[in-house]
Amino acid sequence: MLDRVRFRRALPVLLPSVALGVMLIAIFSIQPSAMSYFGFTLLFKMAPPLILAALAQMLIILQGEIDLSNGAFVGLVTCIAAIFLKDDVALAFVILLAVMAAYVALGWLIHFRQLPSIIVSLGASFIWLGTAILFLPAPGGEIPDWLRTATAWKPPLLPLPIWIALIIAIVAHLVLMRSSFGVMLRAAGGNPRAVQKAGWSIAWLRVVVYGAAAVLLVLAGLMLAGLITSGDPNVAPSYTLLGIGAVILGGGAFIGGQVSPVGTVIGALTLSLAGSFLSFLQVPATWQIGAQGVILFLVLAGRVLVDDRRRA
Amino acid sequence: MMLRRIPPWTYGFWAAALMLGVIGLQSGLGSIGPTLTVALAFGAISVLVGTGQMFVIASGPGNLDLSVPSVLTLAAYVSMTVMDRTGGVISAGIAAALAVGAVAGCLNYAAIRFLRLPPIIATLAWSFIFQSFAFNLGGQATLKPPQALSDFTNWRLGWVQVMPLTIMTLSVVAALALAFTVWGRNLLATGQNERAAHFAGVRVGPVRLVAYVICGMTAAMAGVVLSGFTGGAALNMGNTYLMESIAIVALGGTSVAGGQANAIGIWGAALFFNLMGTMLNIFQADAGLRFVLMGILIVLIVAIVPRPEAR
Amino acid sequence: MAGAAPAFLSGDGLTKSYGAVKALSATDFRWARGEVIGLIGHNGAGKSTLINVLTGTVERSGGTLTLDGMPLSRWNAVAAQKAGLRCVFQELSLCPNLTAAENTRVLHRSLQGWGWHARATAAIRSALDTVFPGHGIPLDIAVAELPIGQRQMIEIARAFSETDMPVRGVILDEPTSSLGPEATRQLLDHVERAAQAGIACVLITHRLNEVLAVADRVVVMKDGAVASDFVNEGLTRSALLASMGTVEPAKRVQGALTSRGAELVRHDGKDAEDAVISLHAGEILGFAGLDGHGQRERLRTIFDTSVAKGAAIAFVAGDRVVEGVFPLWSIRENLIHRSLKQLSKAGFLSGGQGDALARIWFDKLGVRAPGIHVPLVSLSGGNQQKVLFARALASDAAVIILDDPMRGVDVGTKQEVYALIRAEAERGRAFIWYSTEIEELENCDRVLVFREGRAVTLLEGTEIEHNTIIDASFGTGKGAIHA
Repeated sequence: MLDRVRFRRALPVLLPSVALGVMLIAIFSIQPSAMSYFGFTLLFKMAPPLILAALAQMLIILQGEIDLSNGAFVGLVTCIAAIFLKDDVALAFVILLAVMAAYVALGWLIHFRQLPSIIVSLGASFIWLGTAILFLPAPGGEIPDWLRTATAWKPPLLPLPIWIALIIAIVAHLVLMRSSFGVMLRAAGGNPRAVQKAGWSIAWLRVVVYGAAAVLLVLAGLMLAGLITSGDPNVAPSYTLLGIGAVILGGGAFIGGQVSPVGTVIGALTLSLAGSFLSFLQVPATWQIGAQGVILFLVLAGRVLVDDRRRA
Repeated sequence: MMLRRIPPWTYGFWAAALMLGVIGLQSGLGSIGPTLTVALAFGAISVLVGTGQMFVIASGPGNLDLSVPSVLTLAAYVSMTVMDRTGGVISAGIAAALAVGAVAGCLNYAAIRFLRLPPIIATLAWSFIFQSFAFNLGGQATLKPPQALSDFTNWRLGWVQVMPLTIMTLSVVAALALAFTVWGRNLLATGQNERAAHFAGVRVGPVRLVAYVICGMTAAMAGVVLSGFTGGAALNMGNTYLMESIAIVALGGTSVAGGQANAIGIWGAALFFNLMGTMLNIFQADAGLRFVLMGILIVLIVAIVPRPEAR
Repeated sequence: MAGAAPAFLSGDGLTKSYGAVKALSATDFRWARGEVIGLIGHNGAGKSTLINVLTGTVERSGGTLTLDGMPLSRWNAVAAQKAGLRCVFQELSLCPNLTAAENTRVLHRSLQGWGWHARATAAIRSALDTVFPGHGIPLDIAVAELPIGQRQMIEIARAFSETDMPVRGVILDEPTSSLGPEATRQLLDHVERAAQAGIACVLITHRLNEVLAVADRVVVMKDGAVASDFVNEGLTRSALLASMGTVEPAKRVQGALTSRGAELVRHDGKDAEDAVISLHAGEILGFAGLDGHGQRERLRTIFDTSVAKGAAIAFVAGDRVVEGVFPLWSIRENLIHRSLKQLSKAGFLSGGQGDALARIWFDKLGVRAPGIHVPLVSLSGGNQQKVLFARALASDAAVIILDDPMRGVDVGTKQEVYALIRAEAERGRAFIWYSTEIEELENCDRVLVFREGRAVTLLEGTEIEHNTIIDASFGTGKGAIHA
């Protein structure tokens, strides 16, 4: 029985890894030259911002809530970066801090008034999108050179996106799954009443969670701005749903307290690779989105087949 | 407090009336009629989509149909194609659209039930697939509706616009269904407490399935009406309806936690949304400002609405 | 010894009111160092409220608290913890997604920084080894994956675990409800050991034998106040029962049921040792045994298979909030929901008939409420439970399943409902009744005792009696019989 339990615990990482592996093998068999430093860089180029956004979403889902404003917030960050970062770094950071504060304030409001996070974050997504459009009505602006070079950096041994994924996965795992503070964040998601009875402030833990999510989203936005070398209010609406997808793919559940950082990172890699994979398979452009849906189903169906105990 | 006397689900109507007043003050009383006409028509289409979404949301916490925009678009394409092929037989087109919606609802629910996926994920994955079908069916082109359909959606008997009136009737039917049918009561029971409903003898699965099927069908119907009203089916025609359908349902007095639904309140919220757009247009407000105001209003209304019970 | 030892924690004139309801009225409580107090009383007598006030999880409405002779002004969960007070709550307060070691961390703030995990594991392991030697519980998997008995052992051990925070007093609220006989004995032994080491304990339980075995003093609560306070010398079960105000229910004539009605339910066990259940019209079948030994699962499978067959069956949930109440609805809507089919034609409801049905059963059960249109959740627990009973009784169900429905219901209500159940059985309905209160089972015609997931012992007629049921629950009574 214990082996089965341990196996189930490994599942969040196992299933998306298998999907990722299958896709990579398929790509390499069609295009062996993709199996190179350059190939990997290209395949996973857009993955890092999605990974960061997915981790932010994971923190919110960990608390049993959901954030539908995630992608809009990333878009807003790219706009702030594209307008202010080049000329006045200090001002840019003040503005970023202000929007992060607003994000945390909404998180606190959700907790304090016991509001449905779906609706509040839906409203928030309009606020971020609108603010972004006020800053930058059409895609454009300018990104400082340092940011562009940083996102195009070619580090030794592994391509940049892989390094980033590795480091993020390790750090997130250590903080959330291994540190004594991560235990409290998971505890607050799993049984908030018990945590309160043990003398902790749930409100404070929530503020920390929303604060950490805001930091991750800002990092995602800056990285994305560097990659697309501009700002765009509408660049990342898909991050919201892809982020949720990555969390679930990585073994997370909406009941609170049940997420896996490593699984989420691999889930995000899988979803961002799915796009490249389909063009490698020469799936016609018109069917690519649909094929992404099918991939999502296939991977998630795998989870159900193996793990028949997790019932909603 | 004054606010406690006014039922929260009517806030939309009051806000809509306020908007209409402001518009009248700004551009003259004569503009109220035409403004209201347009708001009613577009509002009606939002209400149609919202009503289906309402049934799904009421069926329990976490239930949400994100495939609404793609079902709407796909159904619009299918029905326009059918009408075109049959030489303008509207009923055939509508039947085809409804079939698309019903199938979409079944598929959504099947993924939730058998793959045990959270509804958000299941409906999202299907929406990708539906989107691809729409893309293949129509591509970037706009499929034109037959003249008769356009005429119907714009038809007026004197002062009365027939299309919004028809949808109002549907809202009344939906409200009655919630209050006075076994299915409606079972849906609300399931939404409040799924396990209690099960032990009270409710077959939770079929009850939810029907909610998803209705949601698919109303979205599909909205696709047909919207094509007729705006002159054709286009690939991005459904996009605004995803967030809007959720927002107007919530503002219209339906509990996002499930188990409580208000079919009439959706009208207030939908009119309010449309009129606010018009008003901001008149004041030549920036698109960005419009979004910000809309967002703040959603958050504020949810935050100040007195809720029946903290769950 | 109670009088001689210095005071640890005491309360004078403690009160707690929720709105107009007084959950605790002017209660004095004295707890000496190293003293073991048995706290008993019926559900709703105010035991949990007293505990919550003592541990600071609920703020008292009045009265004074004294710790080591010093009056306390601010008293909350954190302060109580610093003072060395621990509590094992009735509903498990572990985080299901965390391991035993991680759950220990939630309680001990000092378990942080480098090596916290090793220290947490060591703390919970040594506590488990001390309280439950030979427990064999894995400490590195989420507690949700463990059986309920092991979860309860972890929770108890966690309360006795030590880091830099001292343990001076442990309150155990129904700690043995899911423990096997061996673990129960180990726990009671440990309570005695701990008391000798100066750790005071409060033991709240329905099992009077446990109280008599370890307590120095027994405090009986009734109606939100301390009714009596005994020194445990020469104390007997019957004395305690009498002081609890247990109205012995009028014994029904056992064995009067000679001719059975038609068989309504036949349900096979999962294997040869698990008894087949056969329920006839007019019969009341009891499910007994320690909590969590498969009774609830069996009730549910019987319900689900009967529903699937289209049989007329109804279910009265004991866990009202989770399985019974529709929280947004009025009494009327809650009450008639099981009967919608009878109240409708072609799927459409008739409002008037619904009102009439709701009124009949509202009156019949004597629900204390202003009317049938008030929200159900505004009623007291006992009255909510009556409405859930009414929901089942008003329906067309021939078989009614009762899942320990009397939890948190006052004595008066209980007697009313018992009488109603018997009356309904005489009219030909059949009941399957799971109860955690042994006395309640004496209302049954036959009782099946569950052990380790199976229905193993059948008791009939005069065999249905407290000690026989206890013996059978622990597997020390008579052997297996098929029902």
